[in-house]
Amino acid sequence: MLDPLKIKKDFPIFKRKINGHPIVFLDNAASTEKPKCVIDAIKDCYENYYANIHRGIYSLSEESTDAYESARKKTAEFINAKSESEIIFTRNATEAINLVAYSWGNTFIKKGDEIILSVMEHHSNLVPWQELASRKGAKLKIIPIKKDFTLDFEAYKKLLSKKTKLLSLTAMSNVLGTITPVKKFIKEAKKYGAKVLIDGAQSIPHLKTNVQYMNCDFLVFSSHKMLGPTGVGVLYGKKEILEKMPPFLHGGDMIREVTQFKSTYNDLPWKFEAGTPNIVDVIAFKKAIEYIESIGLKNIEEHERKLLTYAKEKFSKYKNVHLYSPKTKLSGGILSFNIKDIHPHDVATIFNTKNVCIRASQHCASPLMKALNVGSTNRISFYIYNTLSDIDEAEKALKNVLKIFKV
Amino acid sequence: MDLYSEIILDHYKHPHNNKPLKKHTHSAKELNPLCGDSLTISLEVDPKGKIKNVSISPKGCAISTASASILSDYILGKNIKHIAKLKNEDIIKMLNIEITPGRFKCAVLPLSTIKKILI
Repeated sequence: MLDPLKIKKDFPIFKRKINGHPIVFLDNAASTEKPKCVIDAIKDCYENYYANIHRGIYSLSEESTDAYESARKKTAEFINAKSESEIIFTRNATEAINLVAYSWGNTFIKKGDEIILSVMEHHSNLVPWQELASRKGAKLKIIPIKKDFTLDFEAYKKLLSKKTKLLSLTAMSNVLGTITPVKKFIKEAKKYGAKVLIDGAQSIPHLKTNVQYMNCDFLVFSSHKMLGPTGVGVLYGKKEILEKMPPFLHGGDMIREVTQFKSTYNDLPWKFEAGTPNIVDVIAFKKAIEYIESIGLKNIEEHERKLLTYAKEKFSKYKNVHLYSPKTKLSGGILSFNIKDIHPHDVATIFNTKNVCIRASQHCASPLMKALNVGSTNRISFYIYNTLSDIDEAEKALKNVLKIFKV
Repeated sequence: MDLYSEIILDHYKHPHNNKPLKKHTHSAKELNPLCGDSLTISLEVDPKGKIKNVSISPKGCAISTASASILSDYILGKNIKHIAKLKNEDIIKMLNIEITPGRFKCAVLPLSTIKKILI
């Protein structure tokens, strides 16, 4: 069991009050707050050992390089990659998907090939494939969801064929919280020789991830959704596939030999990291992973399920409140809801009067909104510092909305 | 709180001029991609530029719907030249509420829809 009140003390932002009220932060699926150890790691690097990496023949550069590369090693261990050369740092998960769509996609996708996605993808795992499909004359196939807000596995099996070259799938919906049984989906795709990319942006901060066990070819995620700094994303790729892919961006640090008119390229993973990377934030990202490990992903999952169960109990009491959520055991710590005849923007605005931070929008998942037949939803999403009393505050805010709108 | 005054809520629940026109001379639709809202405004303008009829079809939050409703009352009978001169601040004044930065876009969506018609 974890103690959210004790954890909250590690996050300086929660000392802040706005209009006399403490902050009830329930928008963790968008981005999490940062613990002091991560903030301190940034300051420590700039104050004590900062220099550009992979080039300086002096102690500062060597120390920075070691710290940067040890973050790569930590990341590889965190997801059980075979080797740290399979870990590429990008700006965010979106850039990681674009890297695959351009480098792998442009090389291996041909006219008439098919790419399978699900209807619950974030735009970041849809738009790059739309563009690739239109560049190459390939086709997108979409896995629907069932009435219980889970992916339709039987429908998915029917979409697979010899034409399927890629399955690109979220491991957890950022709207519904639905956890995808990825291993089962990957196994089917592999029967047809398709490659598989898993979007772990939502799942990795909350659920144990093991790339070798699930056997995906690519995995992407973002530091900022797991206590780390913004500006750091991760692409994991199987070494034998990354080796066959051409570089995505060209320039410094990614080269082996450069002459005036021709160049050869560096080994993995540096082949894919052109230019000076986000050194300091990557170094601090390691601290975020260590912090999560010190709490334990099993404890995190258990804690969030407890919060979700409590929130669903509270919110389902109101007849005008509609929940978009699968069975609790199939869901991560995300709860989308709507209140009859009240627009989510108005709901979130009223929640904000008591500093209850929730998200209200399409959540960058426009096609899913259409599938759910809604314009947008309200969403609360949990992390390790949330308490049952945060949900009580959210319920109070909900009552206030009903009172103001007289429903 | 000030944002959800009785007047705003009344316009939201019963928006004025919320029925289609038999004939219109101008029409425009504006979308807010963040929230999936849309607003269509249609006008019947006579040869001298006077707005004879207005219709709004709002699909959005209380603030944008009330703003569309209030604006539609305001422009009825006025000349389009006058409407073209309206500024965001004017519409905020008409709403008579304290608008927060996050909701500014909702409040001015109807005005930008009208401007789209007149450009």
